Amino acid sequence: MPQFEAGTFDCIVIGAGHAGAEAAYASAKMGASTLVLTMNLDMIAFMPCNPSLGGPAKGIVVREIDALGGVMAKVIDKTHIQMRLLNTGKGPAVRALRAQADKVLYQQEMKRILEEEPNMTLRQAVVEKLIVEDDEIKGVVTQIGAIFRAKTVIITTGTFLRGEVIIGDLKYSSGPNNQMPSIKLAEHLQELGLQTVRFKTGTPPRINSNTIDYSKTEIQPGDDVPRSFSYETTEFITDQLPCWLTYTTPETHEIINENLHLSPMYSGMIKGKGPSYCPSIEDKIVRFADKSRHQIFLEPEGRNTREVYVQGLSTSLPEHIQHRLIASVPGLEKAEMMRAGYAIEYDSIIATQLWPTLETKKIKNLYTAGQINGTSGYEEAAAQGLMAGINAACNVLGKEEVVLGRSDAYIGVLIDDLVTKGTSEPYRLLTSRAEYRLLLRHDNADMRLTEIGYQNGMISEERHTKFLAKKAQIDAEIDHLRKVTVKPTEEIQEIIAAVNGTALREPMKAADLLKRPEMKYSELCKVVPPLEEINEEVAEQVEIFIKYEGYIEKSMQQVARMKKMENKRIPENIDYDAISGIAKEAKANLKEVQPLSIAQASRISGVNPADISILLVYIEQGKIAKVSG
Amino acid sequence: MHFDTIAAISTPMGEGAIAIVRLSGDDAWKIADRIFQSPAAKPLCEQPSHTIHYGHLHDPATEELVEEVMVSIMKAPKTFTREDIVEINCHGGITSVNRVLQLVLTEGARLAEPGEFTKRAFLNGRIDLSQAEAVMDLIRAKTDKAMNVALNQMEGKLSHLIGELRQALLETLAQVEVNIDYPEYDDVEEVTIPLMIEKGTWVKNEIDELLRTSSQGKILREGLSTVIVGRPNVGKSSLLNSLVQENKAIVTDVAGTTRDIIEEYVNVRGVPLRLVDTAGIRETEDIVERIGVERSRKVLKEADLILLMVNSSEALTDEDERLFEAVAGMDMLVIVNKTDLPTKIDLERVYEVAGRDRVITTSILQEQGITELEEAIAALFFEGSLESNDLTYVSNARHISLLKQARNTIDDAVQAAQVGVPIDMIQIDVTRTWEILGEIIGDTVQDSLIKELFSKFCLGK
Repeated sequence: MPQFEAGTFDCIVIGAGHAGAEAAYASAKMGASTLVLTMNLDMIAFMPCNPSLGGPAKGIVVREIDALGGVMAKVIDKTHIQMRLLNTGKGPAVRALRAQADKVLYQQEMKRILEEEPNMTLRQAVVEKLIVEDDEIKGVVTQIGAIFRAKTVIITTGTFLRGEVIIGDLKYSSGPNNQMPSIKLAEHLQELGLQTVRFKTGTPPRINSNTIDYSKTEIQPGDDVPRSFSYETTEFITDQLPCWLTYTTPETHEIINENLHLSPMYSGMIKGKGPSYCPSIEDKIVRFADKSRHQIFLEPEGRNTREVYVQGLSTSLPEHIQHRLIASVPGLEKAEMMRAGYAIEYDSIIATQLWPTLETKKIKNLYTAGQINGTSGYEEAAAQGLMAGINAACNVLGKEEVVLGRSDAYIGVLIDDLVTKGTSEPYRLLTSRAEYRLLLRHDNADMRLTEIGYQNGMISEERHTKFLAKKAQIDAEIDHLRKVTVKPTEEIQEIIAAVNGTALREPMKAADLLKRPEMKYSELCKVVPPLEEINEEVAEQVEIFIKYEGYIEKSMQQVARMKKMENKRIPENIDYDAISGIAKEAKANLKEVQPLSIAQASRISGVNPADISILLVYIEQGKIAKVSG
Repeated sequence: MHFDTIAAISTPMGEGAIAIVRLSGDDAWKIADRIFQSPAAKPLCEQPSHTIHYGHLHDPATEELVEEVMVSIMKAPKTFTREDIVEINCHGGITSVNRVLQLVLTEGARLAEPGEFTKRAFLNGRIDLSQAEAVMDLIRAKTDKAMNVALNQMEGKLSHLIGELRQALLETLAQVEVNIDYPEYDDVEEVTIPLMIEKGTWVKNEIDELLRTSSQGKILREGLSTVIVGRPNVGKSSLLNSLVQENKAIVTDVAGTTRDIIEEYVNVRGVPLRLVDTAGIRETEDIVERIGVERSRKVLKEADLILLMVNSSEALTDEDERLFEAVAGMDMLVIVNKTDLPTKIDLERVYEVAGRDRVITTSILQEQGITELEEAIAALFFEGSLESNDLTYVSNARHISLLKQARNTIDDAVQAAQVGVPIDMIQIDVTRTWEILGEIIGDTVQDSLIKELFSKFCLGK
């Protein structure tokens, strides 16, 4: 195949899924000339699985993406069919938004935003090779021999690398939703020395809404209050579509048990490791045999389609069994299946081969982001895409790299987990993965990250000015409440009595009164009106900050402890072999991950506290044997 | 690991039959060979590991004979530090042992820092953190019982107990997490506030129990500080001598102390008694006035046990009565001595002022009542229940301080739960408790821990 020069860019993004779109947007926004190469321009930001975004942890990530200047939040705010705030019964640390997306509108909106972006070139092409010289990326070569040269390349190929779809005993080479898989690139990456692992994921069948008997299910409407992911959104969608809840039956379980031998998961056909937090229905029934029923959520895929996603029924059983499964669920007796569920196996890169910037350790200026790094979920992919895009652009523009810490953002937790621990199954972000989740709230993502986005040119002046004003208002009001004294007047006693509190015996600082668990800021405002009129967002920040000050303080102390370990840098070229007290497994993992700090080292799997203690003593004594030469 | 060779005197400073200088490191055997000569003139390096050899030490510079010794040689890795070790058994006495130490230091060994042998055992992966601490206690253990506490801890008994508490916390935490991450799923029961309170209270009570027994652990390690008080010539010195003679003195003359503060360690039925400052009080004319002196008051205040002696052959004096007042509220045994002489004391009155404290009549001169006294001491200490070897004592100041922190943190969680603070806030304290407990068994890394830990080790081990 004759090759030809096709152009030179600062940054090339291979793939235009959720990671690719965000990476390309960030890089172009920051001022790097960016080329997006995708196999199919009609599939930009396609949702091959759930038509939904957000939820615990993931919803907070979407907000963080917005605070850093990414696009996911803005797109979903414009294209959702329903939005809900979850965990409202719990404290503020774990609240999170979730939206049901109109799949098609979401794609269209994302494509439009990318097309509108200056510095951005979109091109439909299949990348087969990377140009690598002296362990440094120089460009890519497409199927037809076009050579695109670039200073940086970001690979965001999702589940396409040697993708194989499996339904029953049928297995064929394919990307998700019967798209073309990426075979040559997968082989090429292995040739370049990047180690890969085989993962598996799956999706449930889709059914026709017209054939569902909704009277046998429970309605799950969106919230009445207008909600949005983006801090910039001002127009809210009021016309929402409901989801529906139904359950599996003993019959469903019987069908699965009888046909388990036909499931590729159990016949041994699928070898890839699947996500344990998102099991197929076969898994659920085998592993939790004592449960008599499982929830099934029916989620519309959009406003202009009758397709409904059957959440909870992810399966790779043969299609004729899937028909029977669906029919065994109340409300779905007559449901018509439009697409069958399937499992997909794919190559993903072992993420410990990456630096925290998502640049590969092996090949300079080459980044990988998204599902290729072993994650699952659109939000996790987008977050990585954004950070890879920002860092690639920083790299090109000679700016300092951007690495978020575990106490800065869920995105920081996600990337640190990936590059430090790697993952033995598709990685999903959970709130429990964050040590400081009280600090990483859904409501304060802007407070945490707007400044970083602004410094990198991702946030407009106008938005930044607004942000600073909001921050000043919050600080002023907190200060106000700390200074104002509430006297035991009749009015306040009534308010306290109404929330079943203990009456005031003597004057008390307004802030202290608000700290009482039963006291609400909205009530307190009646006797202590704010200095100036404040909106709900500001009020929320003031209330959370004062109410949970003690806990926030505790978390900050924890962060300070961690930062101390984070500041203990491990010298470059440390020779772990020379430290005989460290256990074998720990040694091997330390050598692989090459942690930059003691804190990071302590999070590596197989590295025990005893190993860390030894490492610490060694570093403190300056007795680290250096690598020869 | 490439460490230099260290050396130190590994036996207590003071007069003893033998003393040991220990070397650890790659050059330990080589250094020993330079100064050691066996009658067969065979170098130690050619001898099998874990053997002991008789011979003489010579100073290579002067060819002078330094000492007659027994030398134990142990090859890595089956040694305390997992390094090559040499232990030179020489004659006791500060002069001779110091000469041996000087000799090995001249020949290339470095004087070990406090705790450095144990530090190396730890660094070389031979022992874990809580074991390292137990070694320190083992060295300091003064009776068999204290030895058991240290041994139990080394075998991981404390680790096991703490592990159980952590597991309980972890299970509760895990359930809270699932509720948060999967709010719409009905698969996992919501962790309710009552459940949180129940678990938290249980952990708190367990920690309280550990802390309660910790005071006994401290006594086992450091000895029960005991002060004998009474008017002159009531028989205090006789009692002291009798206790010391009858029971083997364990440690005498702690380094750095002089004879005017006497600290005699005696083992009374498994209770290590540290008889403190009896000399000072014995020599004073007006005891009560003497007690008023700050130093004596301090000794009394820190005492775990008071042995108050009165004279059976004399009537109870004002001074006696004031003495009772001065030590009121402390753990005390009242000894009515000199029963060999005609009784003049009003025993009724003695029982009255003694209150709930036990009164024992003795004639130290005729060796009567001493058994009863010893039994009373043991009974007072063990409260009838503490004699079991299965009890896990926490006997280390760092452990006790961490346990107190953990107790307060879990208490915060329980109290917050009671006033309706959201579960994800309460979780912060529960997680913190879990971490603090982890620090005790070295499961959470705290970098200051290591420094602090090893600075506490005494020289030589």
